[in-house]
Amino acid sequence: MTLHNLDNLYRQAVMEHAKYPHHHAPVTEKDKHQIQKFNPTCGDMISLAVTVDDDRIIDCHFDGDGCAIAIASCSMMTDIMIGKTISQSQELMRMFSAMTMGENINFDAIGEAQLLAGVTKFPTRIKCATLSWHALDDLLAHY
Amino acid sequence: MKINRQDFPLLNQKINGQQLIYFDNAATSQKPSAVIKSLKYYYENNNANVHRGIYSLSERATSQYEASRDKVKGFINAKHREEIIFTRGTTESINWVAQSYGLANVKKDDEIVISIMEHHANILPWQQLAKQVGAKLKYIYLNDDFTLDMVDAKNKITSATKIVAITQASNVLGVINPIKTLSKLAHDNGAVIVVDGAQSVPHMLVNVVDLDADFFAFSAHKMMGPTGIGVLYGKRDLLETMTPLELGGEMIEYVTEQSATFQSLPWRFEAGTPNIAGAVGLGAAIDYIQLVGMSNISTYESELTKYALTKLKVIKGIQIYGPRNEDQANIISFKLSGVHAHDVATALDQEGIAVRAGHHCAQPLMQYLNIKSTVRVSIASYNTKAEIDQLVTVLKGIQDYFQYDFT
Repeated sequence: MTLHNLDNLYRQAVMEHAKYPHHHAPVTEKDKHQIQKFNPTCGDMISLAVTVDDDRIIDCHFDGDGCAIAIASCSMMTDIMIGKTISQSQELMRMFSAMTMGENINFDAIGEAQLLAGVTKFPTRIKCATLSWHALDDLLAHY
Repeated sequence: MKINRQDFPLLNQKINGQQLIYFDNAATSQKPSAVIKSLKYYYENNNANVHRGIYSLSERATSQYEASRDKVKGFINAKHREEIIFTRGTTESINWVAQSYGLANVKKDDEIVISIMEHHANILPWQQLAKQVGAKLKYIYLNDDFTLDMVDAKNKITSATKIVAITQASNVLGVINPIKTLSKLAHDNGAVIVVDGAQSVPHMLVNVVDLDADFFAFSAHKMMGPTGIGVLYGKRDLLETMTPLELGGEMIEYVTEQSATFQSLPWRFEAGTPNIAGAVGLGAAIDYIQLVGMSNISTYESELTKYALTKLKVIKGIQIYGPRNEDQANIISFKLSGVHAHDVATALDQEGIAVRAGHHCAQPLMQYLNIKSTVRVSIASYNTKAEIDQLVTVLKGIQDYFQYDFT
């Protein structure tokens, strides 16, 4: 069996985030700015909420159902986004998206999310990795 | 006669360095050389437009196209050749029934009854029709063993019901529904029954007269034929009353500036240049299936499915969504505890094993079962027990990998 190829995708840190996601809390009516994003090919769904104060993200949390990649990616994203200004976060989203397309970026800027670079070798899974990032992008666009 | 794997050239390849094992047959089947060759032969020797030319070549194309209609008629045991209408596939067939027969016959406060195990292709056309005319869409739910709850069916199908639309075999659960009983229920209440045969026609003998189906839809590509062609069967007296949805060339009798009269059945419903090569390919697929023998295909697939169920159900932490009995169709859906269906599918793909993971275009069923996704293995007659053994080995490896194996 050659399941070790999977190590490119399911790094230990990725699985840690998938099993014990950060900022994973119910998104409720109290969250004024929230969005639901679906991955129509598989039915995965993520609800994401943000709170912005004086142009800076002070909270970002999520819930929903997804594969290991979708959940880990969202968890890692919330880690790096909290504390960033809206324009900084938009730049990070652009960088993450470029990374999933196989481009070279300043990997350290996106923190642990750089561990998801292996997804470029699994083209059918790129949508799983980018689901929450698109959700945040849409949410901030309407903030 | 047993099917010869060598007849399917696509199967002989490596995926991610491993021999391909194709278990996504419910999505689309692979094609035997006989079908692929029939398409090439048609384009190299017989291609012309049908029902138009006076010349010999056009006559040849027409007779091949119409010969396929006769093959389909025999294959599903229809009474009349004009009851066989070529469409783009199951989806188009059902949409046509909804928007032509349905729109003309379903009125405000009438009821349409479908089952919760339907594919989106047998939900959305009825959901839309119900909204258009102000009718009510009702669902028949399931027993604990995932089979259709026939008590619920008897409660839901009433004199207010105008259309009952049910799949013969579920594309998620592998449940085979008692169509004959449902037809009788529908007819006793003055309704018609529309049967989605997409998952049944490729794997079992179907007799539309015996089933007493009013409409029956299926696709060629799931039964070893080409993509882009399918069939709508309808009882002749019902089709006669229906207005075609598509208007244009080939379907008319006479056209003036302000009016037109239409062709007789079945051509009235086949506007424009049809998928002639597709029809020829479907004919070749039927020839191939009949050469092997549908009952041989059914028997072998049932044996493989039973074998797979026996092997799969002892995997620790597996949950199978289906009846798991003798009558199970060739489709097995499951979840592995602790591993998301998508992650299972990616891992299987690394071993060359192609399966489907997700909601299988049946989201209302997923909501009803309170799950988001499953892994689906669907078996065809060219699969083997050795392939099932390899699947089981890899699934166990995946469980170990996702529990311990991180570097």
